[in-house]
Amino acid sequence: MAERGLSRKKNNIANYMDYTLLFIVIFLLGFGLVMVYSTSSYSANLQFDGDAAWYFRKQLWATALGIVVMMVVANIPYHFWEQFAVLGYIVSVVLILLIIPFGTESHGAKRWLNIAGISVQPAEIAKLGMILFLASMICTMGNRIRQKKGFFTVLIVPVPIAIMLWRITSNLSSAIIVMGIAVLMLFVSCPDYKRFVILGVVTLAAAALIVLVIVKMAESGAGDGESVGGFRGARILAWLDPEAYAVGKGFQTLQGLYAIGSGGILGKGLGNSKQKLGFIPEAQNDMIFSIICEELGLFGAIAIILMFIMLIWRFMIIANNAPDLFGALLVVGVLGHIAIQVILNIAVVTNTIPNTGISLPFISYGGTSVLFLLIEIGLVLSVAKGIRLKDL
Amino acid sequence: MMRETEHSHKTFHRKKTVTVFFLCMLLFTGLIGRLVYLMVFQSAYYMEKARELHERERSIKAARGRILDANGEILADNRTVCTISVIHNQIEDAEQVIAVLAKELDLSEDYVRKRVEKYSAIEKIKSNVDKSVGDTIRSYELAGVKVDEDYKRYYPYDSLASKVLGFTGGDNQGIIGLEVIYEEYLQGEAGMILTVTDAKGVEVPEAGEERIEPVNGKDLYISLDINIQSYATQLAMQTLETKQAQSVSIIVMNPQNGEIKAMVNVPEFDLNHPYTLPEELEEADLDADKRQELLNAMWRNGCINDTYEPGSTFKTVTAAAALEEGVVTVNDNFNCPGYVMVEDRRIRCHKIAGHGAENFVQATMNSCNPVFVTVGLRLGVDNYYKYFQQFGLLDKTGIDLPGEAGTIMHKKENIGLVELATISFGQSFQITPIQLAVTVSSFINGGKRVTPHFGIRVADSDGSDSQSFTYSVRENVISAETSETMKYLLEQVVENGGGKNAYIEGYRIGGKTATSQTLPRGSGKYIASFIGFAPADDPEILALCIINHPQGTYYGGQIAAPVVKQLFENILPYLEKMDYNNRST
Repeated sequence: MAERGLSRKKNNIANYMDYTLLFIVIFLLGFGLVMVYSTSSYSANLQFDGDAAWYFRKQLWATALGIVVMMVVANIPYHFWEQFAVLGYIVSVVLILLIIPFGTESHGAKRWLNIAGISVQPAEIAKLGMILFLASMICTMGNRIRQKKGFFTVLIVPVPIAIMLWRITSNLSSAIIVMGIAVLMLFVSCPDYKRFVILGVVTLAAAALIVLVIVKMAESGAGDGESVGGFRGARILAWLDPEAYAVGKGFQTLQGLYAIGSGGILGKGLGNSKQKLGFIPEAQNDMIFSIICEELGLFGAIAIILMFIMLIWRFMIIANNAPDLFGALLVVGVLGHIAIQVILNIAVVTNTIPNTGISLPFISYGGTSVLFLLIEIGLVLSVAKGIRLKDL
Repeated sequence: MMRETEHSHKTFHRKKTVTVFFLCMLLFTGLIGRLVYLMVFQSAYYMEKARELHERERSIKAARGRILDANGEILADNRTVCTISVIHNQIEDAEQVIAVLAKELDLSEDYVRKRVEKYSAIEKIKSNVDKSVGDTIRSYELAGVKVDEDYKRYYPYDSLASKVLGFTGGDNQGIIGLEVIYEEYLQGEAGMILTVTDAKGVEVPEAGEERIEPVNGKDLYISLDINIQSYATQLAMQTLETKQAQSVSIIVMNPQNGEIKAMVNVPEFDLNHPYTLPEELEEADLDADKRQELLNAMWRNGCINDTYEPGSTFKTVTAAAALEEGVVTVNDNFNCPGYVMVEDRRIRCHKIAGHGAENFVQATMNSCNPVFVTVGLRLGVDNYYKYFQQFGLLDKTGIDLPGEAGTIMHKKENIGLVELATISFGQSFQITPIQLAVTVSSFINGGKRVTPHFGIRVADSDGSDSQSFTYSVRENVISAETSETMKYLLEQVVENGGGKNAYIEGYRIGGKTATSQTLPRGSGKYIASFIGFAPADDPEILALCIINHPQGTYYGGQIAAPVVKQLFENILPYLEKMDYNNRST
């Protein structure tokens, strides 16, 4: 009996591949490449002397590399990585610290490190590192996570990384994602609900309070947001009324809204965006979803959202059928990472929340981002390989 | 054992993972809702905003139609001027742009700055800039500054017929006069160049350029004759100066068809600078309201916008009505003791000693008030009012100029014998000069009430696609017989009566003088007028001269009749040569 089960398991490990997940990811990558070309070709043409495919080519190479790495990772049993969990955490910290002396600056923020001619965002590495580290730690903790001490340990572990990301790289969104991943992994691994509801309510209340304070300060004569809440204060004021800050902080948001709104139900057609002609600066980056809306309309936008929902649904299936807790937590971490990033990106682009630089997974331009996302997908596929068909 | 624990773990893990999934679904649903709101309900708003941002819209002004006189002489033309705009994204040195534009266009820096710093595809700074200024601005070669040429109205004869022609505003729309009435023909349709631009303002070649060609306005041909108008203006100016009058108006028209050959209201104003008041007023420190009031007064066309008591020229109406009704014949004899009693009122004749025994012809020649009061009373209120209405005196003439004033007349039920008596010699009510001219025309043209007008036809600038206007004519206002009698009576006035100062050797002139005191009575202010026509047996031309508040001699027969005489002396030979009204063909 045990013998037979083992042999079946062996067979499945060798053969099972989650093609549904793979297909969704490849579709999103392909679609992303099309959109990167569509959004960047006009500015690339001007910027690089007629080389309209400059951004597209870079993204294509990163994607190709990513797919190779993904397939390699998918074929390595995921437990192999458990031994590097602590190392990953340390490497993340070191890389972020290295930004202080060696980081390259772009758009007024130091976020990149040049390693052997390739610029890498330590924030992306930190997200992956955090997923791995927390999955390993929670497994080691076992039942201790149900106690207060265990609970708060998991909650505190990501805080240094998040603070460093926020203060050193002025990348609040990555900090939020790292914290979000941690909270989601904790939520799944801990049977309690009450604490999370309280945590959620407190976070929302704090956010609301901050907004209220900034608005009050602005109203009481401090004038422009710059002087009150600095960089982010202005962003919050611009979020509430982008048209009043049309020339400053509200510019990008407003231009994005023009793109989304003018797309209408069916869009202007692929390649026909007007807002990408320099009105939205670097439309291939964080604001790419607004161009998708403009070119493909509401239907295109909803179709992409459905693809992401399917992706997350797939993660859920794999997490719930993972052979062990470590595998499940890895998948939950990846789910959290991608879900939070997609939701925040679309929320920012539609001006549902204040503007914070955040890219759309698989679609936005960015080599490091797509490479590390594909490593994460590789991990998920590796976990999926461990699924015994009996459990499905 | 190990498995078991893991399995029990898994149950709540699974539940929680599913919870996370549904939480995500919830958030995604919210975002889809937001997208629906933005892309369906707000779509039109953002689409319009985006279009404003992307499309650089440059209008191509349509050339406004010209106005040409009866000889084809251009009275209103177009001159090239420039519109200065800025393209926000192409500006390199905003400070320099602001400084140069403020200096060259004589605008405040704040005004220019606001427009230069506005984030839009194209922003207009100033229009109707002189071509020389436009060229100067162009010579700075400032990035982001666009100088577009368009048209501005230009009047070659400056003040000639200013109150008739009217002028146009900043957007080339008519403000007063014929420019307003014929706006729909003159205006044309503005064209447009639509170009899609990127954020730097560079035109996107793939998006193409949409060009809507302007449709130029049609040329308006009017009956006004520049030669007659010029001469009449000269005479009016001369009279204005020698008589120190407040204003002088002259209407010259063809009584047969209502075509107006000249309409003068001196002082006129300079059509090329319609907002400049006369010098003595310009110097005074005026507030905006007062200034506007003075401008409106300056632009007023007295011939049609103002009413006056016509006085003795209106005796033609009494005569025509009485002859038509048969209550008087030319041979009826009267006696003028120098006054007439109406109820308890004693109405004096202008000749205090009285004209004595006279027949109706002589009474007309003498402009004898008691006789006309008698004749008016013979008609009675009902009949008089009937003819008043029949002659069209209660209606507007329908002239193709804006703001024609209506007749100010007693209500029929308020007309007693005293009122009837005063109406009979042209007092106690008011009509416009054009109304008088048209009414007298109907008495001498065989009984046709014509519509006075300037507009003859409109045509494209190359003369093609001509479109003539037609005007209504009401026949049989009086009988042909009465009309013949009227011509005879009025010729007698000029040959032997009060209008002899209008007599010209070799021409048959008919006419009637008038002198009326303006209200309030006893102010010492008079209106002297004369209405004349020629040839008396078959009138081709009718002229009305009104002198407001002359100093010194104020009798129409002495100061207004000579004006019409001089006018006729010059224009009658001219009209024969021109042969406008050669009705034998």
